[in-house]
Amino acid sequence: MSGWVEVEGLQVCGPNGPIVDQVSFQVAKGEVLALIGESGSGKTTIALALMGYVRGGCRITSGAIRVGGRDLVASRERQLQALRGAKIAYIAQSAAAAFNPSLNLMDQVVEPALAHRLMDRASAEAKALDLFRALGLPSPETIGRRYPHQVSGGQLQRLMAAMALITDPELVILDEPTTALDVTTQIEALRVFKRVVRDLGVSAVYVSHDLAVVAQMADRIVVLNNGRVREQGAAEQVLEAPADPYTRSLVAAAQARRPHPSGRVEDAEAVLELRGVSARYGRGPEVLHDIDLALPRGGSLGVIGESGSGKSTLARVVSGLLPAASGEVRLAGRTLAPTVGKRTREELRRIQIVFQNADTALNPAHTVGRLLARPVALYEGLRGAALEARVRELLDLIRLPAGFANRRCGELSGGQKQRINLARALAARPDVVLCDEVTSALDTVVAAAMLAFLAELRRELGLSMIFISHDISAVQEVCDEVAVFYAGEIVERAPAADLAQAARHPYTELLLASTPQLRRGWLESAPVCAPANIHR
Amino acid sequence: MSEAAIDIAVQEPAVPPGGPPVGPLGLGAAWRRLPLSGRIGALVVAFWLVTALAGPWIAPYPIGAIVAGDVFEPPSLRHLLGSDYLGRDVLSRMLTGARYTVGLALASAAAASFMGASLALLAAVSARWIDEALSRFMDAMISLPSKVLALVMVAAFGASTPLLLMTLAVTYTPGAYRIARALAVGLNQMDYVQAARARGEGRFYIARSEILPNMINPVLADFGLRFGFVVLLLSGLSFLGLGVQPPNADLGSLVRENTSGLAAGAPAIVAPAVAIATLTIAVNLLIDGLSGGRLRAGGTGE
Amino acid sequence: MKGVAVLVLRRIGSAAIVLLLVSAIVFTISSLLPGDAASEMLGQSATPQAVAALRAKMGLNEPAPVRYAHWLGGLLRGDPGVSLADNLPVATLVASRLPKSLLLAGLTAAFATPLALALGILAAVRRDSAIDRALSLATLSMVAVPEFLVATLLVLLFAVKLRWLPSITIVPEHPSLWSFLRGYLLPVLTLTFGVVAQMARMTRAAVIDQLRQPYAEMARLKGLSPARVVLVHALPNAAGPIVNAVALSLSYLLGGAIIVETIFNYPGIASLMVDAVTSRDMPLLQACAMIFCAGYMILVLVADIAAILANPRLRG
Repeated sequence: MSGWVEVEGLQVCGPNGPIVDQVSFQVAKGEVLALIGESGSGKTTIALALMGYVRGGCRITSGAIRVGGRDLVASRERQLQALRGAKIAYIAQSAAAAFNPSLNLMDQVVEPALAHRLMDRASAEAKALDLFRALGLPSPETIGRRYPHQVSGGQLQRLMAAMALITDPELVILDEPTTALDVTTQIEALRVFKRVVRDLGVSAVYVSHDLAVVAQMADRIVVLNNGRVREQGAAEQVLEAPADPYTRSLVAAAQARRPHPSGRVEDAEAVLELRGVSARYGRGPEVLHDIDLALPRGGSLGVIGESGSGKSTLARVVSGLLPAASGEVRLAGRTLAPTVGKRTREELRRIQIVFQNADTALNPAHTVGRLLARPVALYEGLRGAALEARVRELLDLIRLPAGFANRRCGELSGGQKQRINLARALAARPDVVLCDEVTSALDTVVAAAMLAFLAELRRELGLSMIFISHDISAVQEVCDEVAVFYAGEIVERAPAADLAQAARHPYTELLLASTPQLRRGWLESAPVCAPANIHR
Repeated sequence: MSEAAIDIAVQEPAVPPGGPPVGPLGLGAAWRRLPLSGRIGALVVAFWLVTALAGPWIAPYPIGAIVAGDVFEPPSLRHLLGSDYLGRDVLSRMLTGARYTVGLALASAAAASFMGASLALLAAVSARWIDEALSRFMDAMISLPSKVLALVMVAAFGASTPLLLMTLAVTYTPGAYRIARALAVGLNQMDYVQAARARGEGRFYIARSEILPNMINPVLADFGLRFGFVVLLLSGLSFLGLGVQPPNADLGSLVRENTSGLAAGAPAIVAPAVAIATLTIAVNLLIDGLSGGRLRAGGTGE
Repeated sequence: MKGVAVLVLRRIGSAAIVLLLVSAIVFTISSLLPGDAASEMLGQSATPQAVAALRAKMGLNEPAPVRYAHWLGGLLRGDPGVSLADNLPVATLVASRLPKSLLLAGLTAAFATPLALALGILAAVRRDSAIDRALSLATLSMVAVPEFLVATLLVLLFAVKLRWLPSITIVPEHPSLWSFLRGYLLPVLTLTFGVVAQMARMTRAAVIDQLRQPYAEMARLKGLSPARVVLVHALPNAAGPIVNAVALSLSYLLGGAIIVETIFNYPGIASLMVDAVTSRDMPLLQACAMIFCAGYMILVLVADIAAILANPRLRG
């Protein structure tokens, strides 16, 4: 079978050599093909090349791309322009950034149709209206008059779909179209995309790093790694019987994880306790309302919620970076001062925070050795050989060779950096570690390894931990208990292992139901429930 | 005269997630990364630095001596750049004048950058009201065009060399402060500074060890640009007769004292003016090359 | 719209505060001088009694804050005092010179702004092309050339070698268009040289900054031509920064005019200020400095308000 889209031996080179090499695949008419890979796999580069477009500094060095018989590599820029937006449409990752902030939405949605002279303005607007209705946008008659900042992220993503579909394209490229959305918004967007693609019978290329999402959308899957194809085939085959070892590690990392049974939680005393804590930034609205929490010594509490739920604010309040507006934080029974400046050094030592992104959390000017030595010198006053020995011990704890002490973070991989980020907190020998989304900036496989490592460290060191995340399965893997945050409040507390059985609050149910599963057909079977129906 | 443009270009420093590249860069490595225009700039800047150091010793004639047969002589083998309005050797006077131009400008640009960066660090790590007060004050200083501020100060304090140095330094401190503050405030919000704060580090440690190392490179680039502005301002003041005072002379004074030669098209007036332009253009080319074309691109860079 | 009104009023308020601060700075610096106005006026041969009498008459014995308040009050009433050099009211002197400076600045702005915007946008549209590189290198060098070199070379070329134009600007009472042009061409060209380079660079930067945004890539992926991407998508968003760039560059006209007015012997406010420095005529100097600063504040304020009105987020 010869495909309707054919890519043969594609090589795209950037300033430092090939980004994509020897990539070949085909897409049949009406088929949805997924390009899956982690950051740096070249998936977006390939997606853009399907429109004959490469980003600045890159060029297509060899290979062929044919879409409906047209050879894009041999085409002139003017011919490609006529194709883009008309025959081949693109849906970008972040709709908030992909819409022009100073033009209204209708102008932007009908622009491809008008620029390609496919219809006049009135019929283009009529068509846009039909699409708005089909995509389930609220008040379709008037939404076009708004500006991008006046509608929500999920709505913008659907408006971008309308913009892509207005010219009746033959091929739609969806580049991580739901990655910027919260899970409860994502599920709606996925449903809409799937329905529209099916109904219109267009071919689609779906780019994603998320195997569970791809499992719902794709007929065929191409697995990419470092710019090369590792494996391709029918979705069922790739998901259920992956042949390539890399694909297997991806599938394993995406599988629902078994909760690790905790080590030793004595119900006895709470090492950390929050009583009636509320918080706000400056004079802004309250982002945390009346939070009560207790973390038993040696326990691990998962804090789960979507962006804006107040979960990261919690970490800032506990660490003293943001003073609580009211309520108190107690460490081993003693009330802590609200701000860092008023806490004793010993109190500061006992609570350590690990930030989400190691790239911004580790000072690029310092060596790894200096990063790890500082808290040791600060809290324990060690100097010279004793200090060096302790740094070696810490590197050993995170399974890195002692030679790393002389290196800077710029030279290390994402996983190594995140472990150093963690080690810096452990260097203080803390009682409580606050982990704020520590796996969300990592690639799937690396994140899975990081979670396993955290669970192991907990058993080894008996750490007490608050683990903040938007990812339910991550929380289930390392935590004993889960607190679900919604709009600044705790709406549910339950044991991590049987959250699904114990869930009572509708938001928890929605969250559980919205979290994509690797199982094909999950999307169709998931119950429909809109976030708007939730009442606190 | 290009301050506003440069200020805009550097105002919003693009601090990549990992911060700007740091660590010692060998001169050789820097040279290899420079584009052709940057290398030319580097060579011309180096030439002027050497001239400023060695000028009086390599000058063919004593500076004050009337050595030529006539005033405003055209170039000849004896006087490569002709003679001036009194019949002195122009080349000798330029070689000596360069010392004032380069020396004063280096010293005052260094002082301006040092004060600007120090105050910026202070503003970034201090209480909100200190930052507010400093920034309002600097805003007010910036809204006086640098030439106007310099004129007011010269009128008030006179133009002796130390006071001239102070005037130039004070004039360019607000610009240096504004850029360094934008950098420092940006870095102050980085997670690694938050982490240091949560660890219980003092303000001094945070400013010195967490923020300063990451802003040193852009501040040095800004120092280079500011050096160029100071050269232009100093020459302008001297050209107006309000800068370096006789019997001393910088390159701007040479242009002024020879204005009567303009009608004759004498090199005595053109040569010093061209010399200033080569220095300032070279500085711009060098800094542009070092910052990876950010300046030439005029943007905030990637 | 109410939000916009509040924003605009806030900007005007903060501009007024900055202006007030500037007046304090200018007054402080110019009051630090070792001598004082009375002895300056009477010269070195004056008797101490005469100086003391004049000091009392001029109110120089009052403490500095009182003198500042007095001066500020005069400034607000349009009476910044009496010039020490020629005993005329400063207001009269300024009134005779200010229109001429505004005319010079206006001519330069009218000439330079369209040219610079065209060059800047052209460079942005054709970025990384040979034209763009050449323009970038040229403007980078042009901003670093001292005004007196440009003026000298122009005079050498047009007045000395070609004898087309006068080397100084004489403004006759009722000039014909030709003599008007002949008189103004060289100073306007000299000022334009620096301003165009600077404005074109900032315009290019503002447009390219927008072209780096994801929405600009999206516009290209919609199949729009590069020109349409720049004109329809990037320019509306770059409008704020561009207006700001224009304002900042034009504010340079105020300072840059100091050299140009002196070289061409042009009777504007800048050469008046240079005279005031030379004769240490503090009341005149203070007034000139405040005018320059007010000019800068007005330009920046206009740019700010334009940016607010251009932004749909702020328009509400």
